[in-house]
Amino acid sequence: MELFLFIVIGGITLISSFFVVFQRSPLYSALFLILTFLSMAGLYLVLGAEFVAIIQVIVYAGAVMVLFLFVIMLLNLDNEKREWMTKHIQQKYFGVIVVAVLVPLIGLGISTPLLYSKSQLGAPGTYSPQIAEQVSNTAAVASLLFTDYILPFEITSVLLLVTMVGVVYLARRVKKQSLPGK
Amino acid sequence: MNIVIPAINWASIAPELVVFITAMVVLLIGAFFPRVSSGVTAGISLLGVMLSFLVTASLWGSSELAFANMLALDNYRLFFNFIFLICTGLTILASIDYFGKSSEPVEHAEYYALLLFACVGMMFMAAGTDLITIFLGLETMSIAIYILAAFVKKNIKGNEAALKYLLLGAFSTGFLLYGIALIFGATGSSNLATIYKYLSGTSNLSSPMLLFGMGFLIVGFGFKIASVPFHMWTPDVYEGAPTVVTAFMAAGVKAAAFAAFLRVFVYALPSLQPNWIAILWVLAILTMTIGNLAALLQENIKRMLAYSSIAHAGYIMIGMVAAKNAAADIGTYSVLYYLLAYTFMNIGAFIIVVLYGRYAEDNLNISDYAGMGYKYPVLGATMAIFMFSLAGIPPTAGFVGKFYIFAAAVKGGFIDLAIIGVINSVLSVYYYLRVTVMIYMREPVADQPGLKFSRSATLATTIAAVATLVLGIFPDTFITMARQSVSLILG
Repeated sequence: MELFLFIVIGGITLISSFFVVFQRSPLYSALFLILTFLSMAGLYLVLGAEFVAIIQVIVYAGAVMVLFLFVIMLLNLDNEKREWMTKHIQQKYFGVIVVAVLVPLIGLGISTPLLYSKSQLGAPGTYSPQIAEQVSNTAAVASLLFTDYILPFEITSVLLLVTMVGVVYLARRVKKQSLPGK
Repeated sequence: MNIVIPAINWASIAPELVVFITAMVVLLIGAFFPRVSSGVTAGISLLGVMLSFLVTASLWGSSELAFANMLALDNYRLFFNFIFLICTGLTILASIDYFGKSSEPVEHAEYYALLLFACVGMMFMAAGTDLITIFLGLETMSIAIYILAAFVKKNIKGNEAALKYLLLGAFSTGFLLYGIALIFGATGSSNLATIYKYLSGTSNLSSPMLLFGMGFLIVGFGFKIASVPFHMWTPDVYEGAPTVVTAFMAAGVKAAAFAAFLRVFVYALPSLQPNWIAILWVLAILTMTIGNLAALLQENIKRMLAYSSIAHAGYIMIGMVAAKNAAADIGTYSVLYYLLAYTFMNIGAFIIVVLYGRYAEDNLNISDYAGMGYKYPVLGATMAIFMFSLAGIPPTAGFVGKFYIFAAAVKGGFIDLAIIGVINSVLSVYYYLRVTVMIYMREPVADQPGLKFSRSATLATTIAAVATLVLGIFPDTFITMARQSVSLILG
């Protein structure tokens, strides 16, 4: 059953990511990217990582994709510009080289036990896969987040606040009248 | 499964908390009283910085880990807190003058709040003993700085600088994060103490995952300290950003990045020392040499100071390389002392650039400094002090800093590095003295209307100049402080 699900979902992931690259219209690419993200969430579910799966849906399929679509719609690429862009894409060749290097490397990584043998892995943390399975990994993440990682959690909120203040400031229209007491 | 919220050690985050709360207060004042004058927001920010300075001073001497080992309350972190708070304080003082001169109205509440937020980020970077804390501190700082670089919205150069910095910065953050992930994968923890324990217990240190992780960390930190292969953004960003922000960036960001860099590498990865010393050795030489050679050719004083700041990153990296075996002690504390000295002399030089303009971003060419020493004797003399200090001429802070760095290199057995460092130092004298020659030995080009010196910026320059001289003439107290600061990270 697991294998069957893996093959089906993995197949969808592969096919839809191919469509992302080969679509002419950026909008269709973006839509296929959503499909890729969703099917990757499915893959995480098959692996038993339901927390990561949900995060994948919320963050990538939700937030990041909305951002992508906004950019595509706001830029409003007309045909002329698109042609100019497709003509001047040098990254294509660079991309081919990167793929040609990366694929054998990943293959090597998977086929040699060097990278993932037991002796290579570091000290185990509080939550081994067995314990995480018992309490469900969402609960495990939550308990870590609000105990050991409470400080990083709070700093993250500072970080988001800074980002928000900055974006609001930059996006606001410049005031015409001069402020008193400048 | 019930979660027990652990007891919170408030003292361990008190300095950050003070600055953060001040930033929030300033932000809210700006929101509720939009017509309040910039003096009020700047004053409150300064008060917050001073209060945090006092809190930091009162914590001096403590040595503990807090928040499940997420951050350390040790002298190392407190020493850097002093540097960041001095940076922020001086920048606030100079900003009052800078924005007083600008023709556009400035939304000062946001400006000072972002400055303080950046300071909070820096403090967390120096405090973090977990890669996660360090990363979040770095991001908080960087995002605030990106926005500050573009703060004058109508300044196209500033916008360009901010965009360049944002894109390249995001890219370098990716490297840093990837490095953290790989190290986490190889050692099973993101905590520096656990990483150290694991690595000192294992014989397998040549795992590609670990080495790649270390390499990516060097790329990520190398970008923030502006070391050479990752320095391309520096001159453009330093030139384009408002001069006060450049001052803050050049001193604060560099110190924060070095704080985290040094702690991660000396404290958590000493087992990999042969590997990272080999890389940093090359980077230090490249950084010094290319920084100095490029600085020789600059006509714009901000660009010249940008390249000089690259060169200074190179000198500081010598100290890191030298932090080996017998020289571990002097190597690390020479870096701390150098960063303190660099903060004063560099911010001082930038504040003079601010002062020596009739309006914001004025008189930026080195040739504009012709005859400055006769028209404004005190200003000229102060600039000369900073230039001498940056060049490393006694009796200034820069000389003592370089002395300890090179002494560490010799003691650690890196005589070649010390020699190249000294040669570079001599090379740098040319372009620093060129400014001094302009100030004293050239006739003023044209009649300029007089400059108005605001009290705040004058105070900031005075503090920086006096500190540069005091650090140079009586370095003992500060060397002792720096030495006390590194005891914990050396374990």
